[in-house]
Parts: sequence; structure tokens; C-alpha cells
Amino acid sequence: MAIVEKSNNLESSSPLVEPVTQAADMSKLHKYIFAILLIALIILPFFVYPIFAMKVMCFALFAAAFNLLLGFGGLLSFGHAAYFGGASYVAAHAAKVWGFTPELAVLTGTAAAALLGFAIGSLAIRRQGIYFAMVTLAFAQMVYFVAIQAKFTGGEDGIQGVPRGDLFGIFSLADNIALYFFVLAVTFGGILLLYRIVHSPFGQVLKAIRENEPRAISLGYDVNRYKLIVFTLSATLAGLAGATKSLVFQLASLTDVHWSMSGEVVLMTLLGGMGTIFGPLVGAGVIVTMQNYLATFGAWVTVIQGVIFVIGVLMFREGIIGVLARWLKKPL
Amino acid sequence: MPIALQAEGLTKEFKGFIAVNNVNLSIEKGTIHALIGPNGAGKTTCFNLLTKFLQPTRGKITYEGRDITKLKPAEIARMGMVRSFQISAVFPDLTVLQNVRVALQRARGDSYDFWRSDKVLSKFDDQALEYIEEVGLSALAHERAASLPYGRKRALEIATTLALSPDMLLLDEPMAGMGREDVELISRLIRRIAENRTVLMVEHNLSVVADLSDRITVLARGEILAEGTYEEIAKAPEVIEAYIGASHD
Repeated sequence: MAIVEKSNNLESSSPLVEPVTQAADMSKLHKYIFAILLIALIILPFFVYPIFAMKVMCFALFAAAFNLLLGFGGLLSFGHAAYFGGASYVAAHAAKVWGFTPELAVLTGTAAAALLGFAIGSLAIRRQGIYFAMVTLAFAQMVYFVAIQAKFTGGEDGIQGVPRGDLFGIFSLADNIALYFFVLAVTFGGILLLYRIVHSPFGQVLKAIRENEPRAISLGYDVNRYKLIVFTLSATLAGLAGATKSLVFQLASLTDVHWSMSGEVVLMTLLGGMGTIFGPLVGAGVIVTMQNYLATFGAWVTVIQGVIFVIGVLMFREGIIGVLARWLKKPL
Repeated sequence: MPIALQAEGLTKEFKGFIAVNNVNLSIEKGTIHALIGPNGAGKTTCFNLLTKFLQPTRGKITYEGRDITKLKPAEIARMGMVRSFQISAVFPDLTVLQNVRVALQRARGDSYDFWRSDKVLSKFDDQALEYIEEVGLSALAHERAASLPYGRKRALEIATTLALSPDMLLLDEPMAGMGREDVELISRLIRRIAENRTVLMVEHNLSVVADLSDRITVLARGEILAEGTYEEIAKAPEVIEAYIGASHD
């Protein structure tokens, strides 16, 4: 392919990088970052409290799943707690009442979130912008109502004392370190799947729809179909995060389905950098760490969080990783 | 001459206001047909009806003999009838190459395969670069579309449209907001892509219309005022009146 400067005075100084090497460079960089991240996470539980590390990982997956919808699909859902929390209730119930092994309980919870996401998504995508957000919020409030009223959810108490069980019926996950590696495999796998979705033929069309929906239609793409698929995928992986979290804390509670959880995941994604690969992971890490170490300030945590969010949005709108990516001139 | 696109009794009402009234339009295959008229004549509404971005209140639209009145815009696009937009319709955050590739990707059918690596798309790269070369953007192939100057964005849009190998193009004011140099560039491109295609365009720039079109339909107040070659309609008294009248407002 001959790349020749044919005409005139356009920015001829721009480097003519071959697309293949450019894309390869980028994916190589991401591969290195994922490898380093994985190594760091393998040694992490020997230095920090494993439960805390597992909480961060679950929220990182939740935020990354949310970011798929917002950052790459351009759809702002304000009801993602429904899938996160809904899955945690179903997984907790499956493990405790039905006696499912942990991997099956997590899968059941995730499948429930997928169904819920498909059902709510097929109605919500008919509206756009703020109306879309309101529809998702309304449905999430209905899920919250069910969580309070239904018998199996335990009302105000939630589902407590969820057994961690034996993986595949063989390996006990009662030990924190053993559970840690199960959670690491699940969340890391989920995040890699999200990475693949973004970098797939589907992801390419998704970005085109985000950038210019009428144009994508005029190219012959059935955009509502793509939106529904990405909504369902996002809900499914948010559910995977929630289901896993219910095993970690041995608890499914109203906090996970409350609307403030939907807000928190927006916060994590924006703070870390929406539409970036690593932003939501960083955002989740920052927010969970803050909640953990500032817990001594009591109710002030939310105030501090709010201030940090406002400063963040005012000073660096692209989020932590977004700004970093701009400095390094590399997509992260 | 066979007819590519035909509208019969096309009418669109918005809450009691009739934007397009009983328009009959036949666009012959292989011609460049222009739709002109003073502001508020219903050109854009008519255009959106034909491209199915609006649903007509009454009337029938056929494309290649097939009734498309009830179809969705994405469906007629897949039948080979592709529209452009008044504002330049590129995907700003994608590179020039990726922009064209999104259109070529249509050749795979639907891209619902979220589990596959996007490396499978690199087989379209050479073809995409050919279209990019055709509109003179080779040097900018790896720039973000957002960074292109306006005229180049339109050129990219045309490259993207061509990548779908459409039989019929509908161009919504292709020259809107363009300087003279760009007008020449885009005129040249339109002429070239029209060689074996049918083109319908809405355009304000009358010298461009005179220069490019085989046939012209003049709309005023939602109705057809005149139709013919540029010479014919330029002489028609009702057309002169509508234009002079409009410029007095």
C-alpha cells in the first residue's frame, strides 16, 4: 500500500505509521500492562488484607462492565445496581438455599443478571439520553423494591451467612487466600473478556454508533440490535461482579441494589476515565480504598468523595487514566 | 429509461402543518437529480421521507420496483440506497482508515461477534486504503477523523459511502458550509461517483446544481413547482417568482 503525499499543504509532518504496526504496538503495550497487573495481583494478598483486595477486584469488574456501556456504547445507565445487586441475591440464594457449589452459584447469579439486562435493555434502548437513564433507573428501583419485599431476599437483613462452599465440590474456599485466587480468576477473566469485546468487529461498530448514530444507520447497521447486545453484555458482567462479591462477604444486602450503588459505579468510571481500558479499574481502586481507609471519618466519607469527584471533573474531565493517556499519547 | 426511485402522492403532516404535499417524483437510473427550492420548501423533509428517516403520512415510495414505504432506514441502506448528511457525517474518534473500514465491514453481514479479535478486520485495510486514495486522503489515513479540515471530512464521508458500493446515493446539501476550493473538490468527486450510479441531491448552491444535474425538481411550500433541465426551469416564471419572492422576505 503506497502512502504518498499527493496533494498540497496538509500536515505532511504527521508520521506515517503503518496501521498494522501501530495497532500491534498498542495491543502489545496493553498486553504488558495486563501481565504486570496480573503479577501484582498474584502477590498482593500476601501484603494487604485479602478481603479488601477482593472487594477492589469485584468493583473493578463492575466498573469495567459499566464502562463498556457508557464509554464504548455511549449509553448512560443509571440502574446498574439492579444487575450487580440482583446477581448477588440470586448467587447468595443459590449457594445458601439450593446448596450450589460456588462456581455454579456465581454462574446462576450472572445468568439472572443477563436475563434481567436483556429484558430491561430491550425496553430502555427505545429511548435516548436522559430518558434512557431514567428508564434504567426506574427499573432498578423496581428491583430494589423486590429486594425489600420478596421473601427469599430477607428484607432489611439481606441474605446472611452465605457459604463459600467447595469449588467444583472439591477445593474449599473457606480460606481467604484460596477464595482470593478464585475471585482473581473470575474478575481478571471478566476484564479480559471486556477488553476483547471492545477490540472485536462488534466493538468497532459499537464505537461507530457511539460516534455518530444516524451515520451508522445509514451504513446499514441495525443500531438497536447492537445497543441491546452491549446492554446485555454489560449487565451480565456487572452481574458476574455482584455474584462474586456475595461469596466474598458471604452476604447479599440492600446496599448492592440501592440507587446509590448505581451512582457509585458512574463515579468510579468517570474518575478513572470513561472510554479507557484501565480507567474504571483505577477508579474502582481509588474509591474503594477511600471508603476503606477513610471509614473512621464516618459520614464524612461521602463528603470527601464528593469533593474529590468535583475536583476531578473540573480539573481533568477525561479521568485519571484519560489524562495519563493524553500525556503519553497512547491509548490506555 | 428505467426508474430507480419513485414517490407517488408523498405527503407529510406535522400536527396540522403540511410540510410535503402530494409530491410525485421519478428518478431515472444513472442520472443526477437535484431537489431545490427556497428555504422552508420542504426539501429536507422530502429527503428524509425518501431515505426513510421520516415516515410519510400518505403516499408510496418504490425503489427498483420494490415498495419501501414501510422499511427501516438501515434496511434500505442494505438494499444499496445510501444517504449522506448535511453536517459532515464521519466517526470523529476513529481514524480515517477505520471510518472507511466500518463501511467495508458491512460485507461480513452483521458484526455481532464480540468474542472475535478485530484483527479479522485487517483484511479490509487494503481495500479501504484504495477508497481513501481515490478521494485524495492517503496521507491522512491514520489521523483521527476529528482532526481533518471540513472539506476533507466530506471527502472522507464520500469514501465511506463509496465503500458500501451503493447503486443509489442521496446527498443532503453536499456543499453546505464549504469554501470555493472545497466545492470544486466535492463537485469533481460527485461527478466521478455518479458515473455508474443514480444520485439524488438536495442543494442550495445553484451553480453546482446547474453544473452537475441532469434533471431538477423545484419545490415550494411542500409542493412541486416545476421539473426539467436547468435551462427549462430557469425560464419557468413560477420558479423565478418563488425565488425572487423568497429573497424579498
